[in-house]
Amino acid sequence: MNVLLDHFAEFREGFIGTVWLTVASSVLALFLGVVLAGFRVSPVPPLRFFGAAWVTLFRNTPLTLLFLTIWFAVPQVFDFGFDPWTKALIVLSVYTSSFVCEAVRSGINTVPIGQAEAARSLGMTFFQTLGTIVLPQAVRTVLPPLSSIFIALTKNSAIAGAFSVTELFGWQKVLSDQGFAIAWLFLWVALGYLVITFTISGLFRLLERSLEVAR
Amino acid sequence: MSSSVLYDAPGPKARMRNRIYSVIGTVAIIGLLAFVIMRLADRGHFASEVWSTFNYANVRITIRDGIFTTLKVFALAGVLSLVLGALLAVARASDHRAIRWLATGFIELFRAIPLLITIYALWVLFLTYKSDLGIVGENNGFWALVIGLAVYNGAVQAEVLRAGFNAVPRGQVEAAYALGLRKSQVMTMLLLPQAVRSMLPTIISQLVVTLKDTSLGYIITYAELLYAGRQLANTTLVNGQYIYVPVIMVVGTIYVAMCMALSGLATWVEKRGRRAKTGIAVAAAAEPAEAPGALDPSDPKGPTADGTQPTAKADEPPGKTD
Repeated sequence: MNVLLDHFAEFREGFIGTVWLTVASSVLALFLGVVLAGFRVSPVPPLRFFGAAWVTLFRNTPLTLLFLTIWFAVPQVFDFGFDPWTKALIVLSVYTSSFVCEAVRSGINTVPIGQAEAARSLGMTFFQTLGTIVLPQAVRTVLPPLSSIFIALTKNSAIAGAFSVTELFGWQKVLSDQGFAIAWLFLWVALGYLVITFTISGLFRLLERSLEVAR
Repeated sequence: MSSSVLYDAPGPKARMRNRIYSVIGTVAIIGLLAFVIMRLADRGHFASEVWSTFNYANVRITIRDGIFTTLKVFALAGVLSLVLGALLAVARASDHRAIRWLATGFIELFRAIPLLITIYALWVLFLTYKSDLGIVGENNGFWALVIGLAVYNGAVQAEVLRAGFNAVPRGQVEAAYALGLRKSQVMTMLLLPQAVRSMLPTIISQLVVTLKDTSLGYIITYAELLYAGRQLANTTLVNGQYIYVPVIMVVGTIYVAMCMALSGLATWVEKRGRRAKTGIAVAAAAEPAEAPGALDPSDPKGPTADGTQPTAKADEPPGKTD
């Protein structure tokens, strides 16, 4: 119990670290994922191939392996270095983008074909069809899976803590190394994650409700 | 193919344009690959001395043992998670409010907490209370990993099975009760087999996630494949650098191959389920999804038999979370 009160500053720092890392990687993963989904439905074969390869590769690789790669292998190959936070941001976004891509792609598939046909018959280009007709409609079906993906991202960000990035798990590790009771630490850190994940699912439910339309 | 939704069969102008884009795209992708390969070659990661380390018997044995350990953890955790998932799913459908609430609380709690934190807490717990818990030997890491994986994935599998229960037409349950079957009989003879069958692709996809997550053993320094690889790279110095790049290439290929084999199985089961005219709808997406909600079969995109939309939408329980 006292662990929380005595080390409130550390917990707050860890909590803010987790939130910040989650938000930043969510935005980047969303951007990357939508671009990749665009690649995967485009009429250009090499781009489709690139998208498919990206998704297959990153969805079947353990996240811990990706962390290990950017921490130890990438510095051996390229000269430019990143600080740990940026590395965690890159790994989490790249990994999550493959899931976002698939969610967006399946969302595109749920838009009735007549919508796109109508858009085409009005003379819209590929980008106009995608941007003004299909994607806005796809967004609504994509919201529930996206919420799950971002909750998973929050939970995955714990791995960054094991790789010395300041966030909740990192502090749990530090404090438990100092000999504090693991049960209480577990409880408080778990509570921190619960707050974040419930906020995400609540936000998405609000979004869903505000975007709801009759089909 | 989804692509046909978005554009017409291209005419001569569009074909020309697409060909130009194709060329640009190919050049860009090949250029990127070439750049990476050149960097790797520059830094001597393709030197024969580096790769010939894999000819040493002890290096091979390290990797082989790593694979075996990973598979051992995966097998035990997978089986335990399925058993736990079935128990939790049944408990959640219980008539007793207390049992239902306990199961729901357990599922929601362990699904919301990062798996790494569960595993780490278990590990520290085992290390701290080693003598009190009567644990002998050096198996702390193994059991922390297995139990953590089983608890988290069990909670997820329970939700998958619950969705499977909901996909069974209500009339079947009513008919079973009308025939005088007891609740336990309805559960074991009617609901569970059909739920497992219809959810098999999703269950296997979740097993892919379990397999991927065994790599979290790395963080609690348990010697599964990833940790074994790290140790190997960390202790082998060739041409003045540690062999992280080749080891990660090899280990990564092994992981991707194992996961893709398992997802391939899920896809095969899904196709087979669609072909069989059993009347049991088989869940659609069989790809490894990061989160179970992404594959929720109780939504309209969910299981379809012979391409028809499921009608069981109304059966969805009101207390659904995601």
